[in-house]
Amino acid sequence: MTDFYDLAEKKSVGEIRKLYPISGDFFDNMNLSALAEDVPMADALEKSDPEWLQELGTDTDGVLEQFCEFMEALTSPQEETALIREITIVGGHDKNGMPEKAELTVKPGEVISIVGPTGSGKSRLLGDIECMAQGDTPTGRRIRINGEFPDEETRFELEGRLVAQLSQNMNFVMDLSVRDFLQMHAKSRFCEDPESVAEQCYACANDLAGEAFDISTKVTQLSGGQSRALMIADTAYMSSSPVILIDEIENAGIDRRQAISILTRQDKIVFISTHDPMLALSASKRIVIRNGGIAKVMETTEEERASLSVIEELDDTIMRIRSMLRAGEQIIPGHFAVPAAASSDEA
Amino acid sequence: MKLITVSGPPSSGKTSVILKLIDSLRESGMEKIGVVKFDCLTSFDQIRYKEAGIPVEIGFSGKVCPDHFFISNIEDAVRWGVKSGFEMLITESAGLCNRCSPHISEIPAVCVIDNLSGVNTPRKIGPMLKFADYVVITKGDIVSQAEREVFKFNVRQVNTGARILFVNGITGQGSFMLAKHLSRAVDITTLSDMHLRFTTPASVCSYCTGETRIGEEFQNGMMKKMTFTPSVFYKDTEEIEEPAEKGGVEA
Repeated sequence: MTDFYDLAEKKSVGEIRKLYPISGDFFDNMNLSALAEDVPMADALEKSDPEWLQELGTDTDGVLEQFCEFMEALTSPQEETALIREITIVGGHDKNGMPEKAELTVKPGEVISIVGPTGSGKSRLLGDIECMAQGDTPTGRRIRINGEFPDEETRFELEGRLVAQLSQNMNFVMDLSVRDFLQMHAKSRFCEDPESVAEQCYACANDLAGEAFDISTKVTQLSGGQSRALMIADTAYMSSSPVILIDEIENAGIDRRQAISILTRQDKIVFISTHDPMLALSASKRIVIRNGGIAKVMETTEEERASLSVIEELDDTIMRIRSMLRAGEQIIPGHFAVPAAASSDEA
Repeated sequence: MKLITVSGPPSSGKTSVILKLIDSLRESGMEKIGVVKFDCLTSFDQIRYKEAGIPVEIGFSGKVCPDHFFISNIEDAVRWGVKSGFEMLITESAGLCNRCSPHISEIPAVCVIDNLSGVNTPRKIGPMLKFADYVVITKGDIVSQAEREVFKFNVRQVNTGARILFVNGITGQGSFMLAKHLSRAVDITTLSDMHLRFTTPASVCSYCTGETRIGEEFQNGMMKKMTFTPSVFYKDTEEIEEPAEKGGVEA
């Protein structure tokens, strides 16, 4: 590991900025922009007005110490998650204390859907996975990571990094262009080459969105479908979390099947809580929740897979009608039963 | 009794987080929990605490600096908590300026900030964020994963050592882990010999004591003047009335 004290002794603020662009944030955060740039940083601090540092609630040693802590924390990707080979949900009990007979192991690249009435406890299950419950949540469920129950330390260690979440009421609030936004995220993920990662992510999002958008568009100006597409592409390419919890993907102008496959191709474990038959059946298994508990775990059968293609056709038809409406066309009954090719010349 | 100090900008979700935290603590068997709310002028949060059956005391700093008010009342709050037989006392400080921090050296310190408050906000908040042991980020459910990660990164920049947790103040998601962390706090009976983690703002000027008139002749005590540099539209004329002794602008 780099000795940052040594760095501050030998290099000027200007040189440090060049070597570690992230250090610029430290100088900005500390309001140290007035520090002399041409002498070693430690000397520059020594020469600066002590009263000025006092105003910042610190002194020369304090600044150096904080500088080193900052650099150590922000030049190594400490947030990377250990390799997750599998996650197992060990059943607890439902709201009446009836035991769940479930034990389900999921591996990277797998999609599991969670179905059940509103308020039945789908979110609680997602919550149990997120906090790696160890019989200490109201459901009594336990989560195994790579075959083992994580101890307290591992839980604290993994906390907030195991799971990425995607829900339909999520918005962008930052006032940034798509390019700046993606690069900022890449920077926070310690990507070697933020620009190319941002480009890759953008291309994927554009592929996913029904309507193309420019990379210089403000993220807050994207349509619902475009936003969702960008969020999915970003989660797939940039989030380090190995598990993704999705709370329904709305069908507004986005290819849902493609969205899920982008995530699984990046070896994510995907749990999706949904009422959408196409999404539910495209998972290999589905968890049925009733009265706060896992009522059963169903494998998607051959028959269901066969009906999936019918459902997909129905879905395609709806999508086609949508784009026709959007293009200002008249909708006639003949369009409904016709497979995809027939209407393509009209679009 | 365990003591926890919670601070955060207005409307960041402090009360909601504390209520959900108490739910989680109760689920884990901790029953006797009290809250002291420090605010400036008025507050409606005590109603929410009472509704949840939580003993609450409220103090308004009024014309006194909120930080000074906190520190001169916290010992009494602890005494109240100990006498009430609480297992945990949580203090909620609202209305603090970005120069303030109620955090005490050996006492677990929580700062609540929300994801909607702008990407650079963590970098502007100052001591109450910088010196916290736990940073709780709220309203994460309405922004994307990407924004949550960027926001967390910006928090990390300001406070390299804190535990950063996401808590949903409406559903309570995440409060379970916060409760787990905070129930590890050490038990105390008094705060004597403990220190604030950061100095409180100096406040001994004429305006502290009720002065309202504007003008240099009314400014006494601890004062700090800004330096203004001439703008591009700056005109060096005598039309603008300048105070008698010092020039309003130093070239």
